[in-house]
Amino acid sequence: MSDLRELYQEVILDHAKHPRNFHAMPDSVRAADGHNPLCGDRLKVFVQVEDGVIRDISFTGSGCAISTASASMMTEALKGKSLLEEEAIFKSFHDLLTTGSHATEDEELLGKLEVFGGVREFPVRVKCATLAWHTLQAALKGSAEPVKTE
Amino acid sequence: MAVKSMKSARNRGEVVVSSSAFSPDDIRGDFPILQTTVHGKRLAYLDNAATSQKPQAVIAAMTRYYNSQNANIHRGVYELSMEATAAYEAARDRVRQFINAADSREVVFVRGATEAINLVATSWGQANVRTGDEIILSTLEHHSNIVPWQMLADRAGVKLRVIPINEAGELCMEEYEKLLSPRTRLVAITHVSNALGTITPVQRMVRMAHAAGALALVDGAQSVPHLPIDVRDIDCDFFVFSGHKICGPTGIGVLYGRQAILQAMPPYQGGGDMIETVSFAKTTYAPVPQKFEAGTPNISGALGLAAALDYVCGIGMDRIGSYEHQLLRYAQEKLSQVKGLKIVGTAAEKAAVISFVLSCAHPHDVGTILDGQGVAIRTGHHCCQPVMDHYGIPATARVSLAFYNTREDVDQLVQGLQTVKEVLG
Repeated sequence: MSDLRELYQEVILDHAKHPRNFHAMPDSVRAADGHNPLCGDRLKVFVQVEDGVIRDISFTGSGCAISTASASMMTEALKGKSLLEEEAIFKSFHDLLTTGSHATEDEELLGKLEVFGGVREFPVRVKCATLAWHTLQAALKGSAEPVKTE
Repeated sequence: MAVKSMKSARNRGEVVVSSSAFSPDDIRGDFPILQTTVHGKRLAYLDNAATSQKPQAVIAAMTRYYNSQNANIHRGVYELSMEATAAYEAARDRVRQFINAADSREVVFVRGATEAINLVATSWGQANVRTGDEIILSTLEHHSNIVPWQMLADRAGVKLRVIPINEAGELCMEEYEKLLSPRTRLVAITHVSNALGTITPVQRMVRMAHAAGALALVDGAQSVPHLPIDVRDIDCDFFVFSGHKICGPTGIGVLYGRQAILQAMPPYQGGGDMIETVSFAKTTYAPVPQKFEAGTPNISGALGLAAALDYVCGIGMDRIGSYEHQLLRYAQEKLSQVKGLKIVGTAAEKAAVISFVLSCAHPHDVGTILDGQGVAIRTGHHCCQPVMDHYGIPATARVSLAFYNTREDVDQLVQGLQTVKEVLG
């Protein structure tokens, strides 16, 4: 039960139930589809970049609590960030979920995203938490292939 | 017979037939894994449609083979090899008896139901279908009874037609009737849906296929653990199943095929054991079933499967079926009392499978939280994406029961769902 509470923290549940930036954007904006075949989660991430800065970011789709909350909190964390910062935050987030090792500077980078640290104890759920992030990478690279996390 | 002596007899692989009412308490001790705990909790294993647990008798049969019988089959002139050959062929005959085939040569050992279907699609398909021919499947099919036919469709230009399902998850028989035509070469249908538990009217469907001049393949992966099987009664041309879903080991399964049809089919894989004579000028093939068993087969798996069939027959497939049905009713009743829970698939004829969705939680979250309570269920699309699409959902949580499950397992599940609601609600 304590592990479960660690996984499903209040802030995660809040974002899962009330996802932020949960809407589509016009076709002119970069977008990519993400799919987790294991659980059927499907997301679409929209990102508007100007002068190397993420001006706007949003998502649509359906997924489990972890993937929805991760997508929602990702959009909040990255809006207004430069692509360089985005890269650093993604790396810290990935490390948090996979190795659990992170330095103090990572904590600053991650901010609220630290709540996903509990996912590390549930290896099959790591892909849920990273789906939106991988999809964002595809949108930024302009990849036409849907992202799969399996 | 006293419980203890019955148990030891079962563990020796003897058939113990009893007419008394079945109680899982008498046999749970036969399954070592059911005595274990998960996350410090009693294990409620409710993912039997994915794979069943193994009784000691099966584990012992495989250990006995490796300890005292191990040799390659069909070639040695020495005692051990002859013994292993006899045991392997006895296992084949055990399967024949279990599905009531006419001849043990109609039983081909394969890796599982998936390989059996691939064998038919490749070998029978190559020899028998042409551009413009049609193969009928149903929406209920597992991906393993879809993809091999799509691969054949790509190779041979054959068209796949799909029998739709109604809201309850039953096949629309009038649509099936309309799909049948002189172009139909084969009807390949599941006997029991792994995602919904629907039991399909295979006998009638086979009769209709034959009337249209087509052959019929029945995917028995999910029916064999729950229903007595008589391939002559079903009258199908092919019947496939996997050993591991009926208390046997993984990596062994069965393709049953009518002898004349198997004989006329070209080989599936080439290699040792499937030939009569080999020269660079010409190779002649062994008769069935050896023609389809290239290379050293899964000998210990076949022996384990035979032990598993002995074990379930010792209890009796009828008793297993009626007990599971009672437990299914109990589980459906208990689950329908859970607020916000919707059962997906409500066919009148159902095997012990319940798919459901919870309004407050995604199936994946349900699965993770239940795991923390020692409850093992399956979540996802269950290799049945067309079924999920039919209901417009990405996934379900699925409970699948076996005869060793108890009301306590179901209660633990329902209790676990309360925890899901507490955490996510």
